[in-house]
Amino acid sequence: ACSKTSRQLTEATAAFNYNTHINACHKLKQVSNKRRNSLKVLLQHDSPASSTLRSTSYVVFRFQMKVKVLSRNPDDYVRETKLDIQRVPRNYDPSLHPFEVSREYTRALNATKLERVFAKPFLASLDGHRDGVNCLAKHTQSLSTLLSGSCDGELKVWDLTKRECVRTLQAHEGFIRGVVVRYCGTSFFTVGDDKTIKQWTMETPGYGEEEEPLNTILGKTVFTGLDHHQNKSVFATCGQQVDIWDEQRSSPIRSFSWGVDSFSSIRFNPVETDLLGSCASDRSIILYDMRESTPLKKVVMTMRSNTLCWNPMEAFHFTCANEDYNLYTYDMRFLEKPIKVHMDHVSAVLDVDYSPTGQEFVSASFDKTIRIFPKNDGHSREVYHTKRMQHVICVKWSSDSKYILSGSDEMNIRLWKANAAEKLGVLSHREREAANYSQKLKEKFQHHPQIRRIARHRHLPKIFSFYRFGFSSTKPGSVPVLSEKEKHVVSVVK
Amino acid sequence: MAKVSKIRKSKKRSKVAGSSSKKPPVVYDDEQEEDVCGAEEDVSSEEDDGEDERKRQKLLEAIGALGGKRKHALAERSEAAVHMSEFSMTADDEADLSDLIGTIEKTPAATAQTKKHLKNLQRSKNTVECPLSKQENERIQRDVAFQKAALEVSRWQSIITQNQRAEQLVFPLNQEPSGPKPIEQVVMGWEARTPLEKEIFSLLAANKQPILDAVLTPAEEASVKAMDLEQVKIRRAERQKARALQSYYEAKARRERKIKSKKYHKVQNKAKRKEFVKQFEELVKTDPAAALEELDKMERARMQERMSLKHQNSGKWAKSKAIMAKYDEGARKAMQQQLEVNKDLTQKLVTSLSKEEEEEGEGNTDMLPDFVNDAEFKQDSSNPWMRGRLSEDPTEMELKDTMDVTAEGASAVTKEAEEEEGSEAEGTEEDALLREFDSRRKQRQDQESDTSAVIVNDGDDGVEEDQVTEDKVAEISDEEEEGLSEFTRMYRGIGKSLEKDAGSKDGSAELEEGLMRIRSVDDVDLLPQETPTEPQQAPTPQHQKSAEQQPSRSRKRKKGIELREVLTKETKVIKVPLAPTVTDSEEKLDQRVLIEEAFAGDDVISDFAREKRKREDEGKPKVIDLTLPGWGEWGGLGLKPSKRKRRRFRIRTEVPPPRKDQHLPSVIISEKRNSAITPHQVSSLPFPFENPAQFESSIRTPLGRTWNTERTVKKMTKPRVVTQLGAIIEPMADEQLLKGKKKVSARRRSRNTKTRTQPAK
Repeated sequence: ACSKTSRQLTEATAAFNYNTHINACHKLKQVSNKRRNSLKVLLQHDSPASSTLRSTSYVVFRFQMKVKVLSRNPDDYVRETKLDIQRVPRNYDPSLHPFEVSREYTRALNATKLERVFAKPFLASLDGHRDGVNCLAKHTQSLSTLLSGSCDGELKVWDLTKRECVRTLQAHEGFIRGVVVRYCGTSFFTVGDDKTIKQWTMETPGYGEEEEPLNTILGKTVFTGLDHHQNKSVFATCGQQVDIWDEQRSSPIRSFSWGVDSFSSIRFNPVETDLLGSCASDRSIILYDMRESTPLKKVVMTMRSNTLCWNPMEAFHFTCANEDYNLYTYDMRFLEKPIKVHMDHVSAVLDVDYSPTGQEFVSASFDKTIRIFPKNDGHSREVYHTKRMQHVICVKWSSDSKYILSGSDEMNIRLWKANAAEKLGVLSHREREAANYSQKLKEKFQHHPQIRRIARHRHLPKIFSFYRFGFSSTKPGSVPVLSEKEKHVVSVVK
Repeated sequence: MAKVSKIRKSKKRSKVAGSSSKKPPVVYDDEQEEDVCGAEEDVSSEEDDGEDERKRQKLLEAIGALGGKRKHALAERSEAAVHMSEFSMTADDEADLSDLIGTIEKTPAATAQTKKHLKNLQRSKNTVECPLSKQENERIQRDVAFQKAALEVSRWQSIITQNQRAEQLVFPLNQEPSGPKPIEQVVMGWEARTPLEKEIFSLLAANKQPILDAVLTPAEEASVKAMDLEQVKIRRAERQKARALQSYYEAKARRERKIKSKKYHKVQNKAKRKEFVKQFEELVKTDPAAALEELDKMERARMQERMSLKHQNSGKWAKSKAIMAKYDEGARKAMQQQLEVNKDLTQKLVTSLSKEEEEEGEGNTDMLPDFVNDAEFKQDSSNPWMRGRLSEDPTEMELKDTMDVTAEGASAVTKEAEEEEGSEAEGTEEDALLREFDSRRKQRQDQESDTSAVIVNDGDDGVEEDQVTEDKVAEISDEEEEGLSEFTRMYRGIGKSLEKDAGSKDGSAELEEGLMRIRSVDDVDLLPQETPTEPQQAPTPQHQKSAEQQPSRSRKRKKGIELREVLTKETKVIKVPLAPTVTDSEEKLDQRVLIEEAFAGDDVISDFAREKRKREDEGKPKVIDLTLPGWGEWGGLGLKPSKRKRRRFRIRTEVPPPRKDQHLPSVIISEKRNSAITPHQVSSLPFPFENPAQFESSIRTPLGRTWNTERTVKKMTKPRVVTQLGAIIEPMADEQLLKGKKKVSARRRSRNTKTRTQPAK
C-alpha cells in the first residue's frame, strides 16, 4: 500500500510539476534577458512548489538555451483559468466608484443595442409540403420530432436537429384538420375533412410496408379539431358537436352540443386534465368537463375566436385568438371579462400556443407575423416575420421553451428562437453571468425613453404602421367609453 | 297498430322519467334515434295489419279469460284519447290516490310514520308544482357543474400566486435533486444471501454497527439524541460565559501591563508577594507535598538564573552603569540591586530542606513559639542588604516567562530592579550605613558558622540581637520595604556567597572591583561606539542626552535580537520626521518648480470664483429702461424724460428664488434645464411604481459588481425564469399542488412553533 500511495504521489506531483513547469518556463522566457542570478532568485521565490520542481524547471531552462525546440507561448493557447486570475480585494466604498447610475445606464444602453444587434431569431425553414401547413403537433417525449399536416392531407414527421423530413404519409383526403400525439409518444391521431379519425403509430414502417393507420373511426360529420387527454386514453374532437372518445371504442363516450353547429377548435386543460375548452362559430367559447353530461359555461364575444390555449402552469387561465385581431386571456371562473386583452396584430389571429413555462405565449396571425406576448402584458414583446412567410396558420412553442415553430400558407414550417438575441447552446459561467447582468440592466432601465425606443424598434412592413394608427370616424364623446376588456364580451351564458 | 305504437310511446316516457335525472342530453339523443326507428317499424307493420291484429286480440282475450279475478276487461279503443295507459285505463274509470291510500292503511307493513305522512298530505290542498322545463333543467345542471369545476380549479390558486410572486422559477418543475443518493435508497431490495454475508450481517447487527452506509452508528445516534436541547443550551451558555471571562481577564491583564506608574506596580507586586507568602504558608500547613513542589519550582528558577547571564551586570546597561558608577550614586545602587537580584536567584535553597529538618529538630528538641520566627522575619525583612528579589518571585517570573517572550520577562525583571533602585535613591546614606552593618554582620556570621549551613540556626539568636539594633535604623529608612519571603530569607545561607563576601568587605570597593573586571573583559569589544570618556571633561549635550536616555533605553533592552522589536523600531524610525537633507530639498524644489512652471498661467480658484460671480450676476434682477426721450414730449439737449414716464417704462424683473449654491463656496449648481439630458430622462412615472421616490430609489441602487459584492450581484441578477437545456417541461401536475401545500403548511408550522417558543423564553 505504501509503495502504491507513493507512486500515486509521484504521479500527482509529476502532473503538478508539468503545469507549474509551463508557467515557470514562461516566466523564464519573459526574463531571459536578465541575469542568471536574478533568474535563480526568481525561481526560488516564485514557484511555491517543491525543490524538485525548482531543479527541473531550471534544467529545462538550460535545455532550452542550448537546443532550439518548437515552443509556443502558453498564453496563446492555454485558456485563462480561475487560477490565473489574481484575486483582487475590492473596496466597495461608494465614493471610490462614483456615477453608478450613469455608468449603469450606459451599460444598459449598450446591452440593449447589442441585443438588437444579435437578435437573429430565424433558424431554419423546413420545406417539403406541397400545400399550406394546416396543423402542427409537438412530440410529447422527443424534443426533436415535429408532426405537420398540410391542406392536401399529407402528414410529415420532421427531425428538427437534422432539419429534414423523416417520414411522409398521406393521412386523409382533403385537409388534415388536426394532429395530436398521444401522451406516451408511441402513436398519434389525425382528423381530416374525410370525416375520419385515424390513429397512426409513431414508428416508421419497414421497407416495403405500407403506411396504414392503427385505427380508423368513421364519423358522421367533418371533424375540425382534435386534442388528446394529458394522461388518459381519451381524446376529444370537435366538428358539429364536441365528442369525447375512448381510444378503444368506435363511438364517442360523450357528446356535447349547445345550440351550436360548428366548432373550430378544442383543447384539453393540461393541468386540470378533465376540463376542455372549445371555440364555436357562434362567436362563443364553451367550457366542458369531461365527467359531466352538460357543458359548463359559455362566453359570447363580439367576434369569433379561432383557437384557444390553456396555460400549462396556471390551471384556470386560457388565452383565445380572436378574429378581431386581439387575443384575450380569461380566468375560466370569471368569464364576464377577460383579465387581459393582448393587442398588436393587424389581422385575424389564427393560432396561439403557450410556452411550457406558462410565462409567455406565441400567436400566429393572418397578417403574416408571429408575435410573442408576455402572459400579463397587453402588447407583444417580439414580432417575427419574413418576406416570404405568408399567413401563418399554426404555431407551436417547443416543449423546452427555447424554440417556436410556425406553419404557414406558403407550405413552409419555420423554426425560430423564442428569445431572439439569446445565445444557443451551453454557456460558460462568465457568459451566463454577463447575460444575466445585462438582462437585469435592461429591465432596470426599460422605462428610459432611449432604451425603450431601441428595445422596441422593429423593422416592419409599412402596412403595420397604417393599421396601428388607424382612423376613427366617430365624433369624440358620441360613443360611451368602455374599457377594452369589457368591450369585446357580449354575454356570458350559463 | 295505432294502439301498439301508443303502448311503445308510453314505455318510452316511463323510461325517460326513470333516467332523466342521470343524463338527459344523451337520452335526448336516444329518443331521436328511437323515433327514427319507430317510424321505420310503423312502415313495416302496416303491411300485415289485418290478420295479425285479430289473432292478437284473440290471444289477449284468452289470456284475460285465464285470470278469473280480473274485473276490468281490456277496453277496445274506440275514439281518440289523450291518455292511454298500459293497463288500458281510460279517462272514465280513474283511480284516485285516495283509493290507493285506503289499501295502504290496511297493510300492516307500512310504518306509522308513512301513514301519518300520507294523512298530512291528504289534508293539504296545495297542488304539486309543475316539473321544470328541459332548458331550465339543463341550465341548472350546467350551473352546478360549473360551480363544481370552478371550485376544483380554485385549489391551484395558492400555488399560482406563489409562482407569480416567486423571485425565480426553475423549470422543469419536478426535478430530481442531483448528486449521489444515499445507499439506502438505491439498494432497497438487497438482502444477504450467502452464508458468509448472513454471518457478517448478524455480527454487525449484534454489535449495533451500521449495516447500510449510515452516517452515524446507532450508538452515536443514541448519544446525539441523549444530549437534549436544554443540556446543549446550558453548556453553550457556560462556554459563552467562560469565554467572556477569559477575554475580560486578558483585557485586564493587558491594561495593567500597560500602566506605567511605578508605584502602582510596586504596590501590585507587594500585594502579589504577600498573597503568595500566605498561600505558601497555608500550603506548607495543609499540603506539604505541594509546597515541596513549589520549592522545586524555585529551585528550577534558580538553576535557570545560574545558567543565564541575567543580572550578572554584564549587559550593555550594566556596563554603562559601571562607567557612571564612579560619579553617580544612583548607578552604583542600581548595579548593586542587580547583583542582589542575581544573588537572590542563584542562592541555593538548602534552606527549604534544612528548614524542614530544622522544624523536625525543633519539634523534637524544644518547641519554639511561632512569634520567635515572626520577629526574626521582621528583622530580616528590614535588612536592606537582604532585600532584593523575593525567593518566590523567581517562580512568578518563571511563570511569566513561560507565558511571555523570554525577553519581555527579562525586561520585567530589570524594570523591577530599577524601580527598587529609584525608590532607594533617596536613602543612599542610610544605605551606606546599612551596608556597613551588613558586611560586619556577615563577617561575624562567617566566623560563627563556617562549618555548615545547617548550623546557621544555632547562631540565629546572636544575629537576632545584632539585628534588633539594626532594626531601629532600618525601620526609619525602609518605608517601602518589600514583603520578602522571610522563611527563605531566614535560612538564606550565610554561605550564600562566600566568595562574594570575601570580596565585598566594602561596598564601594566591591563596586569598583566589579567595574574594573568588566572593563577588562569586554569593554572595548562590546561597546565600540562609546568613546572612552574623559571623566573630567564636561560631556557634550548629546552625550548628556545619551546618558539620560540610557537608563530609559536600557529598560527596553533585551538579550539577543528580538526580530519583532527590531522591526517595530525600524518603523518608528521611519515615523520620525527627518530633517530634509540638502539633496532631498533640491529634488523637491525642482519638482515644485517644475509643476509651477507647467501650470504657470492657471489660477483655478480665482477663475472659479469669477465664473460663479458671473453666474450670480446673470441671475440677479435687472432694471430695463425702455424710456425713449422725446416720445410724447419735448426732447433735446438738457431735457430729460419726465419722472412719471421714466417710472412707467422702467421694467423690473422679479427677484428669482435664492440660488442653491448660495452657501456652497466651491460649487456651481446650474438650475437650467439641460436639453442634452432630457431625451434620456423618464418623463412620466412608469406603471408599477407608485411615487417618483420609489422609482428613483430603484434606479439608484446599482446592480453591477463594481458596486456590490459577488454574492449580492449573484442574488440581484438572478434570472426570473430558469430552464434547462433540452429538458421537456411538463405541465404542472398534482404533485406540485401537494408540494406547495407542504411548503405552506411547513411555513405555518414553523411560525406556530416560533410563537409557541417565544412565551417560553
